[in-house]
This record gives sequence, structure tokens and C-alpha cells, in this order.
Amino acid sequence: MAEAVESPGDPGTASPRPLFAGLSDISISQDIPVEGEITIPMRSRIREFDNSTLNESVQNTIMRDLKAVGKKFMHVLYPRKSNTLLRDWDLWGPLILCVTLALMLQRGSADSEKDGGPQFAEVFVIVWFGAVTITLNSKLLGGNISFFQSLCVLGYCILPLTVAMLICRLVLLAEPGPVNFMVRLFVVIVMFAWSIVASTAFLADSQPPNRKALAVYPVFLFYFVISWMILTFTPQ
Amino acid sequence: MATAAAPTGSARNGAGPEWGGFEENIQGGGSAVIDMENMDDTSGSSFEDMGELHQRLREEEVDADAAAAEEEDGEFLGMKGFKGQLSRQVADQMWQAGKRQASRAFSLYANIDILRPYFDVEPAQVRSRLLESMIPIKMVNFPQKIAGELYGPLMLVFTLVAILLHGMKTSDTIIREGTLMGTAIGTCFGYWLGVSSFIYFLAYLCNAQITMLQMLALLGYGLFGHCIVLFITYNIHLHALFYLFWLLVGGLSTLRMVAVLVSRTVGPTQRLLLCGTLAALHMLFLLYLHFAYHKVVEGILDTLEGPNIPPIQRVPRDIPVVLPAARLSSTVLNATAKAVAVTLQAH
Repeated sequence: MAEAVESPGDPGTASPRPLFAGLSDISISQDIPVEGEITIPMRSRIREFDNSTLNESVQNTIMRDLKAVGKKFMHVLYPRKSNTLLRDWDLWGPLILCVTLALMLQRGSADSEKDGGPQFAEVFVIVWFGAVTITLNSKLLGGNISFFQSLCVLGYCILPLTVAMLICRLVLLAEPGPVNFMVRLFVVIVMFAWSIVASTAFLADSQPPNRKALAVYPVFLFYFVISWMILTFTPQ
Repeated sequence: MATAAAPTGSARNGAGPEWGGFEENIQGGGSAVIDMENMDDTSGSSFEDMGELHQRLREEEVDADAAAAEEEDGEFLGMKGFKGQLSRQVADQMWQAGKRQASRAFSLYANIDILRPYFDVEPAQVRSRLLESMIPIKMVNFPQKIAGELYGPLMLVFTLVAILLHGMKTSDTIIREGTLMGTAIGTCFGYWLGVSSFIYFLAYLCNAQITMLQMLALLGYGLFGHCIVLFITYNIHLHALFYLFWLLVGGLSTLRMVAVLVSRTVGPTQRLLLCGTLAALHMLFLLYLHFAYHKVVEGILDTLEGPNIPPIQRVPRDIPVVLPAARLSSTVLNATAKAVAVTLQAH
């Protein structure tokens, strides 16, 4: 078993072969000649374990994560059919966006009687449970996207609505009136459409082709609720 | 495995007579049929060969590692490198075992595949079921078919939540305890799940042929009428329009549900009980949704409530008397609402 035997039937493998290289031919049919050596670069793999990301400085780690988040933000703002968001998903971006949105949507003081506005916890819960529900729905409809990938995409696509919230806040500094409202309405509608287009661009490929509408409708409702919260926000 | 043995024969030409049986197959140009009788089980398995290969490679790697380490730092580091390799492997195996256990537990408890058959719908089917939910069918001698799916009802409940939020915001509803979103979700899901369970219980008492899933689906699709009515009347604040839609659209969707239940129940008393309860609950829910979360026209509010009501509390809005026939019921409703409010405020 230990000797490397030259097999007469194989074409063209005349180079000296190390131990067990001949075994590579065993599991493969004769139509596909396997050439070359089985050498696993064990040395470089060991080196890689020594330079693991545990030993680098904190600044490196943070900058690398921030760059990844920033790159995904760009992908959301200019949605093309790419699967960067899907391939290396992360939940940092959605967390940052959700916290920003919830902070901005908070009403003034805790003991104000007009307590009808969404509080921090409410926005948080709506965003995350809404995203979980949509993910479960798309999985049940037969989509082949993983749970966290879907959460990642839905969270990142809140970015246009967060931008809308910032703009609305700035617009609200001016004097109130119907013009004020129309401007805010227009901005929120545009950003709402942008969110839906962005999330559809990423999620649509993972659904069976005839059920895309069924999977997109709850996404529409989800962003509608968030847009509604943004539009009706008035600072006290 | 079949194709594995053919090249084995060719690779082991000199191995002896036990492989002789393969030569005919090989000359046939790589046929996939193998004669299992001739196979020697101790040495033919490529699985064992791979195992041995890995073992040799691992030893080779350890040697290579030791050699490389020796080039740098002498024998001490060589030993350390070997131990590090071993600990890494142990850690890797523990990780694999833990991952396997976790995924097994997850697949046992969080198996959403239980719900998968209820979401197996096409958009065209959902559309046709939505339209059919407004069309009552008169066939009561044969049990009518109910589609047992959950996608449509779930989406309709969420749509109702969204519409309710819209209505609450435009009417400046002030909610003291709890939040707007929580109230909307609680109301809609509570109605769907609660009333479905209650009617299912009544159906069990009345010997009706309906399952819980079918009841959920039926009531869920019945909310389509509610969605339409509320969507229109939250934006156009005309009470006459609301009453018209309440009777027409609400009535149609209730009639459809009632017809389905009648076709599945035997006996006049049972039919009356079941269908009367469902009709009452369904119509009253629409009434409740409109009036509890919708601002009454300003003038009526001012004249009825007067200036001495504190502006902060949630007051029951008096239902205006538009139709003379509704006078008695609205008086009753107003009285009960006021009584409830007084008891609540006393706490």
C-alpha cells in the first residue's frame, strides 16, 4: 500500500510523485486525469493561526468593522444586484441604525402627558420583531436565505429612512405649516421607496420566482410603519 | 464507490491475482458496473486509504513543523509546536461537538417547518381568496371548502395593524398606559386569535365540522372587509359613509363566514348560536375600531363633552346619533361607555 505505483492507463503523469499522490487517482474516473501533487501547505496554515485577529490592536479591529459597515452602507445607497450584504453579513450596521432611529424618535421628557409618541424600546422592538417576522415569512414561503442574512439586509435597508428622519428633524426646525408637512411627506415617500427597492434588490433572488410578491408585501408594510412613525413625529 | 474500484485495479497491476477480476471492466473503458464478489474488502476501500493518507500527512506535517521549528529555534519550540497543534485539534473537536448539539436542540424546538405547509400559496391564490371572502355562497347543504392557509390571514392582520396606526395618529389618540403600537397589535391579534378560539370552542359545543386552522383562516380572511372599510373611512370622515360601508362591506364578509359555518353545522339551534355570535362579534368589532380610534368631528365633540373635561385623559367619545334607529343602541352604548370610564377612573 505504501508504494507509489505508476499507473499505465493515465496519460501524461510522468513527473516524480511524492508519497500517496497516486491515491488521488483512485476516487476519480479515468475521464478526468488528476495531475499534480497533493501537498497541503501546512506551514502557512500554522502561521495563520498564530496571526489570528485576537492579537491585533483594538483600533485595527474597530476600523476593519467600521469599514465593512461603511461599504455595506454604500451598497444600500446605490443598490445593484450584488450579494455583498448576503455573503458577509453582520448585524453592526442594523444595530447602529436602529439605535440612531430610536434615539431620534424619542419624545421629550418622561413625564410629559402627551405620551403618545414612540419611545426607544418601542422602536427597537418594532424594528427587530418586524425583521424577524419578515424573515420567518420568507423562509416559510420557500426562500433559501439564512435567518441572519435576511436580518442583515432588512436592517441595512433602514438607512434611507434614517436619513429621512435626519432631514425631517432639520426641516422641523423651520416654522410649522402645510409646506413643512409637504416637504417632509415628499422626503419620507422617496426614502420609503428607496428602502423597498434596495431590500428587494437583495432579497428577491432568494425567493422562488413566482412568489416574490408574497415575500415583498410584508417588507412594504414594515417600512410603511417605520415611515409613518417618522412622518408623524413632532418634537415637543 | 463503483468507479473507485476500476482505477484501483489499474493502479495495482502488480498487486496480485485478487485484482485480476477487474481487468475486463477496465478494458471496457471505465464501466461503472463492478463485480462485488471479487473485491477484497480489507484493501479496496478508498475510505481507508484516505484515512491512512490523513494520518501520514498529519505525521508528515508534524515532522515538517518540527523541522521548520528546529531551523529557527531548536528542539524546545518543536515540542511546543506539536502540543499547540494537538490543543487546536481538541478545541476544534469540542467546537464541532458543541455545534452539533446546539443545532440538534435548535432543530427540535425551533422547527418552523411545522408551519411550512400553511404558507404554500401562490399570489394568484391569495388574490382570488381575498375576493371570494366578500362573496357569500348560498350552498348550505354541503360543507363549503375552506382553504387552510395562514399567509393571507397573517398579512391581513398586519395590514389592519398598519391601518389602525394610521387612524390613531390622524386622530391624535392619547393612550396613557401602553403604547400606540402595542395597543394596535394587541387589539388586532387579540381579536383574530381570541375570537377564533372562542368560535372554535362554540363550534365544538355545537358539533360543527371545522378545525382550528380553518377557523383562523376564515376569520382572517373576514378581516379583509374591515381593512377596506377602515382604510376608506379613516381618510374620509363622513359618518353616513361609514355606516353605509359598515352594513355593506362588513355585512358581506360576515354573511360569507356565516354561510360557511351554516353549511358545516347541523340543527337550527346550533346554527343560530354559532352564526349569531360570530356575526355580532364581527360587526361590533368594526364599529369599535372605527369609533374608539377615530376622532369624532370637532363640532359634535365640543357640544357633547363641554369644557370641564380634563384634556389629558382618554374619554369615551359619545357616539353621535345619526340614524334614528340607532338612537336607542347609541344611548345604551354611551351609558355603558361612561360607566366603564367612571369605574376605570376610580382606580
